[in-house]
Amino acid sequence: VGLWTSLSAGLRGLFRKKQTERELDEELRDFLEKSAAEKMRSGMSREEAQRTARLEMGGVEAVKENVRSASWETHLESLWSDLRFGTRLLRFNPVFAGAAILSLALGIGANTAIFQLLDAVRLRTLPVKNPQEIARIAIDHLGGRSGDFTSRYSDLTYPMWVEIHAQQQGFSNFFAWSPTQFNIAPSGEVHNVQGMWVSGEFFQTLGLQPALGRFLNSADDTPGCSPGGAVISYSFWQREFGGDPSVIGRALTLSRRSFEVVGVTAADFYGVEVGRNFDVAVPLCAEPAIMGEDSQMKSRSGWWLASMGRLKPGWTIERATAQLQAISPAIFEATLPTDYNPDNTKHFLAFRLGAFSADSGVSELRKDYEQPLWLLLALAALVLIIASTNLANLMLARASAREKEMGMRMAVGASRGRLIRQLLAESLLLAAVGAVLGALLAHNLSQLLVASLSTQNNPLFVELGTDWRVFGFTAGLAVLTCVFFGLAPALRATSVSPGVVLKESSRGTTEGHGRFSLRRILVVSQIALSLTLLVGALLFARSLSKLTSVETGFRQTGILVTDIDFSSLKLPNEGRSNFGHELLSRIRAIPRVESAATTETVPLSGNEEFHDILPGISEPLEDQNPVSAFHHVSPGFFQTLQTPLLAGRDFNDHDVVGSPLVAVVNETMARKILKTGNPVGTMFRVRRLSKISGPFEIVGLVKDTKYGDLREEPLPIVYLPIQQEPRPDQDSQILIRSSLPLPELTSAVKDSANSAHRGLDLSFFGFHTMIEEGLLRERLMAKLSGFFGGLAVLLAVIGLYGVISYMVARRRNEIGIRMSLGAGRRAIIALVLRESFWLVSIGLTLGVGLSLAASRAATSLLFGLKPHDAATLIMATVILAVIALAASYIPALRASKLDPMDALRNE
Amino acid sequence: MSDKSATLVQGTLDMLILKTLALEPLHGWGISQRIQQLSHGVFEVNPGSLFPAFRRLERAGLLECEWRISENNRRAKYYSLTKAGRQKLRSETKEWERQVAAITRILQTAS
Repeated sequence: VGLWTSLSAGLRGLFRKKQTERELDEELRDFLEKSAAEKMRSGMSREEAQRTARLEMGGVEAVKENVRSASWETHLESLWSDLRFGTRLLRFNPVFAGAAILSLALGIGANTAIFQLLDAVRLRTLPVKNPQEIARIAIDHLGGRSGDFTSRYSDLTYPMWVEIHAQQQGFSNFFAWSPTQFNIAPSGEVHNVQGMWVSGEFFQTLGLQPALGRFLNSADDTPGCSPGGAVISYSFWQREFGGDPSVIGRALTLSRRSFEVVGVTAADFYGVEVGRNFDVAVPLCAEPAIMGEDSQMKSRSGWWLASMGRLKPGWTIERATAQLQAISPAIFEATLPTDYNPDNTKHFLAFRLGAFSADSGVSELRKDYEQPLWLLLALAALVLIIASTNLANLMLARASAREKEMGMRMAVGASRGRLIRQLLAESLLLAAVGAVLGALLAHNLSQLLVASLSTQNNPLFVELGTDWRVFGFTAGLAVLTCVFFGLAPALRATSVSPGVVLKESSRGTTEGHGRFSLRRILVVSQIALSLTLLVGALLFARSLSKLTSVETGFRQTGILVTDIDFSSLKLPNEGRSNFGHELLSRIRAIPRVESAATTETVPLSGNEEFHDILPGISEPLEDQNPVSAFHHVSPGFFQTLQTPLLAGRDFNDHDVVGSPLVAVVNETMARKILKTGNPVGTMFRVRRLSKISGPFEIVGLVKDTKYGDLREEPLPIVYLPIQQEPRPDQDSQILIRSSLPLPELTSAVKDSANSAHRGLDLSFFGFHTMIEEGLLRERLMAKLSGFFGGLAVLLAVIGLYGVISYMVARRRNEIGIRMSLGAGRRAIIALVLRESFWLVSIGLTLGVGLSLAASRAATSLLFGLKPHDAATLIMATVILAVIALAASYIPALRASKLDPMDALRNE
Repeated sequence: MSDKSATLVQGTLDMLILKTLALEPLHGWGISQRIQQLSHGVFEVNPGSLFPAFRRLERAGLLECEWRISENNRRAKYYSLTKAGRQKLRSETKEWERQVAAITRILQTAS
């Protein structure tokens, strides 16, 4: 009630200000009269009584001021008038205001954009009911597993999920899911969308409500089901069906099977994976029908599922983990893959399950980008500090110009606090406008960031809302920067003793150090910080250039990869080999196609295959066998990639099923595993889990190439002829080297594939583009750190230029005297440059120390460089030193051109 | 405040104003005179602190005011206690008595 009375009375006071003031006047006058009347009664004369009464009151204006400050609306009013005054001052200095607002908007915008991403990727919880109850169930250490890993979240096999589902007790609801891609094109060129296999409990566990229709439930997910219902996401509904409300019941083709749309999820639900947006969810039980012979459902060594559950009331993660650990031995005993060798078995039986907090879902994006984003946020924060330092410097310059005004106002009775408040109002105004513009900018910047990381194969989706965290972050930045660049100058400007300032003449003959040294310290720290940012930028740029120029062992450009899926033909094993061969021949016949070859795994595509190598023919099995990477390729593979053949021969059309088993190996395989320089003629066998195949005779040796990742050391690689595969795939991945432009080549390949058989599923991508996309993170780091580094150097140099110019202006008299005493131009230039030299040297020295300490944070993001790389450090130091000295040469030159008479007269 | 008069203990001015107004509505001068009289001249209240206190108490909803014709036939602002003001006076008085009793006890023990 008290607050309300005060509020309403205050508002009344604000709106009826004139009346309130008049009443106060009248009340005080009345008091004075009564006081004087009383005094006259005790014998004073009229004049004397009035004078005494006024004296006793101690100044009517002071009393009024005290009364006003007893009500809150006065503070609001004085803030308002301060802001108006600030606006007026800024309008008189549009260049200053513009520069200040622009640099703050950029700085705050960059910080907010990065924070917005971090918020979405790291801090926010899943858009489901009570996300803190959601946990992920997985093996507590994922190393030592063998088998097929086909999903981004390969935590479990299907048999394991069945067992866990039956035996776990800690979760009231528990589901399995797996991300996948569905081809929604009925035939022809593939159109993939983001799909999910989900067990029947998925939507119920997450506690979601459909926007339309119904969700899949346990009745939809019965083993052996035929393709039936599918749930689509809100965005897919909008995109593919135009938001048509009659979508329920419509047919949807997924990988050539017809499904029926049964429901649409709410607009804010993107799935349980942060960084992706699912399009279609299909029951787990439909997997065998869609995947056909590639189905993992029955496989005990097919890792493709992830699972999550909702904890029962009263259960904690720890308690659930303890229960899962207790049932682990029995579960792993029951689901042991039959094709494991003793080594695999030993590892498998030692696995223990655990529950892991999953309130913010799962995310590959988070794994890859959380650290870079924190690092970028730190870089952006440094840029903002440098920008605010410039502002602080400018405000200091303005403060010293207003010293007299402040002294005067303090002399006539303004309190220091009141003046500081007024000066801060100006900074607050700048910071607030900067923050608002920055927030608008951030919204676009963060979207740009996400778009730059998104690719056709890896379409990212990040829910970039502005929640309380983002809002608080931006507001906090604004207040911090405002205090940082506003408070010190305000304190400085009002710390003067009015007497001294008013007495002091306009300018001393030489510059004293006291007042000026704060500005020097600011410039030195700017240089130190910008060196750190420059070092960071150079480290990331050099790291990227090392990655792009790394020796891959093949020529990346000019290769188109096409994936031709002919599973719809349902060919038997021998027919597949022939059909694949025919496709390849047709493509090779396209004019201007130089060479083409089929491969099961494309280098650097992320698909990898590793098996044990048993050198020789009859060597006894050891526990630990050397491991090699594998490629299954057709003849012409090396020629297409232009990988040099160092000895022996390539595969040819006579290496087929039934002929002697042959292999080509790379240098590392020869040197590390076979321990020979020329392995041609050597024999070895291959062990896949418990199955041993071979012996293979080595017929060729090729140069080392990269296999899975550009960053890796050369791996041993074994190449086996694809025509000797006993069970060929139902698709051909063909690498085509041609001088034709990509669109022409693509349509020519489509034509020749269609001439082999109409309606095959085709997809295309550029080999070089794919490799480039593997470097997105490095490119982003290089680009953004380069941008921040450049901005930092620019801002620091502007700061230095400002301080040196200011120094020259303050020392005009001294320079004039020196010149009239015979100092030459060079001496004057040297005088100014010496000043700047010291500032720059101290700044760079501090900066080197800072860089050495800070760059350690980037260690894991660098390739081929140590974070304390000497060459980078020297390069950065030299670049910054040259730019800084060049910037101070301009005011130095101006000083040397001063007319001594003019400089002396201008007192 | 003149030299001979005692300095008011922090926060007691509000209580004295409330007490003065508990008898009848008064204007500013009246309140200041009443406090002086009742304290036998020990407290002399400075208008510089009196008027801000009026504004403060008014804003807190403890006082209300009205313009009336005063003894010299001029308009004057009369203050009176609100219900909340009376309650406040009661609780303040109780608290004050408790504190005074405590301080007195301490002083007696010490001597």
